[in-house]
Amino acid sequence: MIRIDSVTKSWNSETGPALRGVTVDIKPGRITGLVGPDGAGKTTLIRLLAGLLEPTSGSVSVFGFDTVRQTESIKPFLGYMPQKFGLYEDLTVLENLELYAKLRGLPKSDRPARLAELLRFTALTPFTGRLARRLSGGMKQKLGLACALITTPKLLLLDEPGVGVDPLSRRELWRMVAGLMNDGVVVVWSTAYLDEAEMCDDVLLLNAGEQLYFGPPSGLTDPMKGRVVRVLGIPERERRKTLARFLRNEDVRDGVIQGDAVRLVLRPGAAGTASFEPYRTVPVPPSFEDGFIDRLGGIAQRESPLARDFTPIPKSEKPPVTADGLTKRFGAFTAADHVSFTIRQGEILGLLGPNGAGKSTTFKMLCGLLRPTEGAGYISGWNLRRAPSRARSRLGYMAQKFSLYPDLSVRQNLDFYAGVYGLRGRRHRSAVDRVISMFELGPFRTVSAGKLPLGFKQRLSLAAALMHEPDVLFLDEPTSGVDPLTRREFWGHINALVEKGVTVLVTTHFMDEAEYCDRIILINNGRMAAEGTPDSLKARVRSADLPEPTLEDAFIRLVERGRDPR
Amino acid sequence: MLITVLNRLRYLIVKEMLVTLRDPKSRVILVLPPLIQIILFSYAITQEVRNASVAVLNRDTGVEGSALLKSFGHEPTFRRLFYLKKESEIDSVLDERKATAVMVIPPDFSGRLADSTSYGAVINLILDGRRPNASPILSGYIQRIVQQSMAESYRERGVNGSASPGVNVVTRHWFNPNLIPRESFLPGLICILCMVVGINLAVLSVAREREIGTFEQILVSPLTPAEILFGKAFNVVFLTSLTAGMLVAVIRLFFGVTLKSSPFLFFISIETFLLSIVGIGLFISSLSTTQQQAILGAILVLPPAIMLSGFATPIENMPGWLQTVTAADPVRWFLVIVKGLFLRGMSAAAVWENLKPLVVISVLCLGAAGYMFRRRME
Repeated sequence: MIRIDSVTKSWNSETGPALRGVTVDIKPGRITGLVGPDGAGKTTLIRLLAGLLEPTSGSVSVFGFDTVRQTESIKPFLGYMPQKFGLYEDLTVLENLELYAKLRGLPKSDRPARLAELLRFTALTPFTGRLARRLSGGMKQKLGLACALITTPKLLLLDEPGVGVDPLSRRELWRMVAGLMNDGVVVVWSTAYLDEAEMCDDVLLLNAGEQLYFGPPSGLTDPMKGRVVRVLGIPERERRKTLARFLRNEDVRDGVIQGDAVRLVLRPGAAGTASFEPYRTVPVPPSFEDGFIDRLGGIAQRESPLARDFTPIPKSEKPPVTADGLTKRFGAFTAADHVSFTIRQGEILGLLGPNGAGKSTTFKMLCGLLRPTEGAGYISGWNLRRAPSRARSRLGYMAQKFSLYPDLSVRQNLDFYAGVYGLRGRRHRSAVDRVISMFELGPFRTVSAGKLPLGFKQRLSLAAALMHEPDVLFLDEPTSGVDPLTRREFWGHINALVEKGVTVLVTTHFMDEAEYCDRIILINNGRMAAEGTPDSLKARVRSADLPEPTLEDAFIRLVERGRDPR
Repeated sequence: MLITVLNRLRYLIVKEMLVTLRDPKSRVILVLPPLIQIILFSYAITQEVRNASVAVLNRDTGVEGSALLKSFGHEPTFRRLFYLKKESEIDSVLDERKATAVMVIPPDFSGRLADSTSYGAVINLILDGRRPNASPILSGYIQRIVQQSMAESYRERGVNGSASPGVNVVTRHWFNPNLIPRESFLPGLICILCMVVGINLAVLSVAREREIGTFEQILVSPLTPAEILFGKAFNVVFLTSLTAGMLVAVIRLFFGVTLKSSPFLFFISIETFLLSIVGIGLFISSLSTTQQQAILGAILVLPPAIMLSGFATPIENMPGWLQTVTAADPVRWFLVIVKGLFLRGMSAAAVWENLKPLVVISVLCLGAAGYMFRRRME
C-alpha cells in the first residue's frame, strides 16, 4: 500500500542525512509505529509520506502514487496531524473543524453531519465554543485528530501525538485511533515513547536516521526472552549502590531500578550463568526498550564519573525541600490546594499528575517561579518568599527541553551559570573545569551549545545545574525524547548524585522516569491524591482483572478514582 | 553581599553581550542598517545643485539692483536665469516648477542702501519647498552671491562698505515653510536610528530567552528580577552607544557635521536617551511571550514615536492635546538636545531641562517592566 524505497534525505552536508536508506512496506488495517528518539528522522519521514518533502534519493509511493510526481493525487486520501496538533489557537473548536472542512473541500451539505460525528467521537461536543488555546493538552490532541479525520482519510499520519500529554489522554487517543482500524485505514503513529511502540502492530525503529528494525514489536522483543531478570530482595537503601555494582559486571547489558527491584538485561549466553548472590533473580518478559538498547549495543557508560568526583553534600538536619500548605489560586480557580510534603535528603521524589491538575503549579512554586497564594516553600530551610535568592542558590534546575544559550559556547554557558550562582575567582574556574572533565565536555569547550549532539546537550544542562553543588535538583521531564542510552546515562548520574546526598524532585508524564523515584506524589484536582513508593501505588490498584499493574495502570486508575463527581 | 551581587552582575553582563554579539543577526542589526540608512538618507538630501532655474523680479530702478543682477549672470550655477515682470507671475512660476527660486528686489533697494540711517535693504527669496534637497543649497548660494556682489560693487565705486547698512536676504519656503536643513536633519536621524536599534535589541532580549527556555532557567537562579533587568538594560545601552558613536563619526567624516559643544554633554544625553528607549523596549518585552509579539510591539511604538517627536513636523503645529501627548515621547526631548548640541552649542542647563523628562520616562518604564516581570511570577 505504502512503499518507502531506499529513501535518503539530506539537508546539508554538515549534519549528515536525516534519513539513510529507509526501505519499508506499510500495510493497511494496522497501526505502524514510527519510533525513535528526537532527531531520529521521524518527522522527516512523515513529511516525506505527506508529499511535503522530496527525498534526496529513493522514492515514496502512497497507494501507487509517487509522492513527488503525483502529490495532488495523494492529498484527498491524506489525514495529517502535525506536531503540536496544527490547530488555530485563536479559533474555537467548531471554527477549527469548519475551517479544516472547507480547506479539505468537504461538500457543504455533508459538513453538519460529519462535524457532529467527529465531535461525538472525540467527546468535544460540550466544548464547541471554546478557543483552541484554552483547551487542555489532551483535548487539543483530540481536536487535532478530529481535524485530520475530516475527510475520512485512507492514510492517517500522526506526528508525536503523545508529546506533553498525560498518560490518561494518551491512552484515550490510542483507543480512538484503534477504533478506526476496522475501516482499513493506514495509520502511521510517530512517537518517542517506547512503551507506545509495544502497542503498535508494526514498528519502524529509527535512530539517528538509520533504520534499526522494521516489523512487529515482538520481532524485537522475542530474541530478548530469557535475558531479562528482576533482582529481588535488595534492601531499600542499597538499591542504587547495588545497581551501580551490577552495571560494572560485563554480563550485564543494561539495568534500571524498578520499584523495589533492579531490572537487568543480560548479555546473550550469560542468562542462567550470571548470578547476583545473595539476591534472588526471577526472569521477566522483555520490553521493546530492551530490544532497542540491545540493538544499540547495550549501555555505553557503566559508571557515572560523578560517583567518583562529586563532592558529597554534608548531612543536614533541615529537610532539603518542604512544601507547607502550598496553595495557588488564579481568580476563582484553585490550581493547587494546600499541598504539603517534605523530601528527605538523598531521596528522589516524583511529582505526577494529569495535565492541568496542579502538578506544574506545585513544581513551579517550589522552585520559585510562582508565588504561592497561601503557604510557603522552603529549600534547605530558606523560605522561597522571604529569602528567594538564598533559597534559589541551594537548588539546581534542569528544564524539560535543552535550555541553555545556543549561541554561547559550552565554556561560556558554564562560566555564566557558575557566575550567577555566586562562584568567583579560583572557585569559579575550578568548578567549571571540574564539570568539563567530569562530563567529558573538553573537546566541545568552544563549540556553540546549540550545535552539540543531543546527548552532550543533556550533559551540559546537567553540568550547568550542578556547578554550585546544590542541595536539591529540580528536574522537569528531564529525559523525554532522548534515546534510551542517553537516558540510562542521565539516570546513572542522578543515582550517583543521590548517593552523594543530593535530593531530587522530578516532575514527569513519563512513567519510565517515575519508576526511578523512591516516592511518588500524585496530584489530582489540585490536591495530593496518592503518595507512596512506585510499588505501593501499583499494589493499590492490583485486582483480579489487573494482577500485574504497571505504573501507568496505577496512574490511570488512581486518577480516575479521584475524578470530580461533578 | 554587595560583592556577591556585583559578581553576579558581572557574569550577567558578559553573558548578555556574548548572546548579542555571537548572534550574527544581532551583530548586523547593530551596524549595517544604521550605516546604510544614514548614508542613503544623507545623500538623498545633499545632492549638489547645478543648472537650477532662478526667476528674478527686479522692481528697483537704481544702480544697486542692476549691479546685483549682473553678478548673477556670471554664475554657472544659474544657467537659466530669467526675469519676471510683475508680482502676480511668481505664483505660476513656482507652481509650474519653472524655477526653484524667485528673487524679488524691492523698489526701495537702492534707496535703502544709500541711506545710512535705514535698517538696510531687503531681498526676498522665495524657494520651492517641495525640493528640500535643492532649495537650502540654492538659498546659500544666492546669499553668498549677494554679499560678494555688494562688496564688489562698493569696491569698484570706491564706497566705504562698512558705512552701508547692507542687505538682508529674507527667505521663505513655498509649500514647505519649515524646511529641514541638513545640519539638523542628520543629528535627528542619529537619534531615530539609535532608537530603532535600541528598541529592537531590548524587545528581543527577553522574548528570545523566553522562547529558548533560558528565562526560566535564570529566574530560578539567585539573580533577582531587578538584576536581570539591569543586565539587559546595561547591555543594550552600551551596544547601542557604540552604534551612536559610529553614526556621529560617519556624519562628521562624510558630511562635515560636527558637535558644537562638549562631547561629555552629548555622552550623558545619549546614555539617558537610550536608557529611556530600553525602558520602553523592556516594558514591551515584559508583556510579550514570543519574539513575534515583541517585534509587533516595537513596530507599534516606533512610528508614533517618530511622528510625534517633531522630527518631520513641528510640534507647535500640532493641536494642543497632541502636544501634551508628545511629552511622553523620549525622541521629542532628545531631538531638542541633539540639535542644540550639534548646531549651536547648547548650555548644560538647557540640556538638563530636556533630560529631566527622559529620566522620568526611563524610571517609569523600567519600573513598569520590573513590576510586570514580578507579576508574571504571581
